[in-house]
Amino acid sequence: MALPSVWQLRPWAGASRRSVRVLEHDLLVFRRGWYSYILSGLAQPFLYLVAMGIGLGLYVNRNGGLPGGVPYLNYIAPALLVTQAMMAAAAESAWPIMGKIMWDKTYLAALNTPLGALDLLVGDLMWIAFRATLLAVLFLAVIVLLGAASSPMVVLAVPVAVLTAIAFAAPIMAFTATQQSDGGFNALFRFGITPLFLFSGTFFPIEKLPLLLQPLAWFTPLYHGVAVARSLSLGQIEPVALLVHVGALAACAVAGVFAGRITFRRRLEV
Amino acid sequence: MPEVAATPESLIHARGLTKCFGAFTAVNGVDFDVAPGEAFGFLGPNGAGKTSTMRMIGTVSPVTAGTLTVFGLNPKRDGARIRARLGVVPQADTLDPELSVLENLLVYGRYFDLSWGEARRRALELLDFVQLAERSKDKVEPLSGGMKRRLVIARALINEPSLLLLDEPTTGLDPQARHLLWDRLYRLKQRGVTLCLTTHYMDEAEQLCDRLVVMDQARIVAEGSPRQLIEQYVSREVLELRFRRDGDEADDEAHIAGRLDGLAERVEQLPDRVLVYTADGEAVAATAYERGMRPTSVLVRRSTLEDVFLRLTGRSLVE
Repeated sequence: MALPSVWQLRPWAGASRRSVRVLEHDLLVFRRGWYSYILSGLAQPFLYLVAMGIGLGLYVNRNGGLPGGVPYLNYIAPALLVTQAMMAAAAESAWPIMGKIMWDKTYLAALNTPLGALDLLVGDLMWIAFRATLLAVLFLAVIVLLGAASSPMVVLAVPVAVLTAIAFAAPIMAFTATQQSDGGFNALFRFGITPLFLFSGTFFPIEKLPLLLQPLAWFTPLYHGVAVARSLSLGQIEPVALLVHVGALAACAVAGVFAGRITFRRRLEV
Repeated sequence: MPEVAATPESLIHARGLTKCFGAFTAVNGVDFDVAPGEAFGFLGPNGAGKTSTMRMIGTVSPVTAGTLTVFGLNPKRDGARIRARLGVVPQADTLDPELSVLENLLVYGRYFDLSWGEARRRALELLDFVQLAERSKDKVEPLSGGMKRRLVIARALINEPSLLLLDEPTTGLDPQARHLLWDRLYRLKQRGVTLCLTTHYMDEAEQLCDRLVVMDQARIVAEGSPRQLIEQYVSREVLELRFRRDGDEADDEAHIAGRLDGLAERVEQLPDRVLVYTADGEAVAATAYERGMRPTSVLVRRSTLEDVFLRLTGRSLVE
């Protein structure tokens, strides 16, 4: 019997014990500075939610507010949870990976062991997922603390944030392996990541974007992550929409891993 | 079943081994064998193809053409199995600046699937061996070049490899650091570890290598023990003569080279001196005096690998 083609391509190939060794390395580095990760992981959401959610929210709510009378704080909190995890993942798949390839060349040392290029890709992707999980959980704690969620389903925003983080990290890691300097990252963040952060429905519904730009939002994984997290947090769940959004995120992640398998090999096995 | 090499006694077996990067040929059809327990060297100027050859042996760079087996295994199919038994000291240190000296070894041991306990036991033992035990908790960055090199050697030994690949192991180190490193490599050889190294230092090749090949422009141009190469390509001794450089002198150098003809196996004219390759430097020097030559300085020395190297790869600068 013919299996589906995605099955044959085995997107998870390389997720072996060897890639866990790479994750172990990253956790060892993390252990040296875990407190700074925790501290910034709590400070960021607190600052954002107080300034935008409570501060700006005061004016939004006073001027008619959002449809359905959703408080602005509750509107942006799950969206910011996802974007923060995404931003961290995007940065983590750019400069640090470049360092391992080009500057400190620790990937080259690892390749002299039984590890291969794919183990490095998958292992570091697991680390990025771990870091996204940590950030999302801390963000969730602040949301709960500020009473910024309308439904207990908000806890499911954590896996959504992690999936969104991977949907960004995998293609960016693939891109990083094609770069000869970090110059490309400035363009990527200035013209890619930052606009997405602002225009993916994080702070206002994409329906408020100019008509021409609205379909573009559909193609950004962040929009899907934000939409799912928000619907969970507000307790307004539409199963079909949810499946489409999660499917779009998963597709991005899988495509990124495939691209990474090609570019990592091409860069590291020469 | 693993493929068995044509010559099972050799640890590394290469025939017609070739590496191309696009249109550029880095290694062009080289043949060599490395036997267990041997210290084998690749000697050659920069860009001769030494590192590319080493990377193919280390199974991190795919072979373009030809045959290569390491431990009788095929690098393309059994890369991970080969690497599990190899120790590699790359040209760049590639140490992890975010980890301590000890952690660098632990993580590396884990990459070879050692348990944490076993990795720690070996790491501490190796830090003693390379005299870095007191620095185990320090970060890597403040270490001197020689210390980093020793740490990289310790790292390469964490899997107790039977074959150690060293790419320019002492480039950039001061004499003390080099001698300490040579001493450690010599001890490893005594224990039966096969060494395969590249270098462009002749003294290093003479100190460490039982056998070596000279590479130039992607090919092997000579092969043998250091002594054999000297006997084959240069004379036993070299007489170096310097002359005063003023126009009136009859001791014009081009002229001198001619006047020494027939006395020596080969005479080489350099801008500042004349090299006379001969079995007996003293005798030629005496004859030169008899023939009326008055050099300002006379030096008789034994031939070295450097003479072989320059003879084979030329004196023009390679960059």
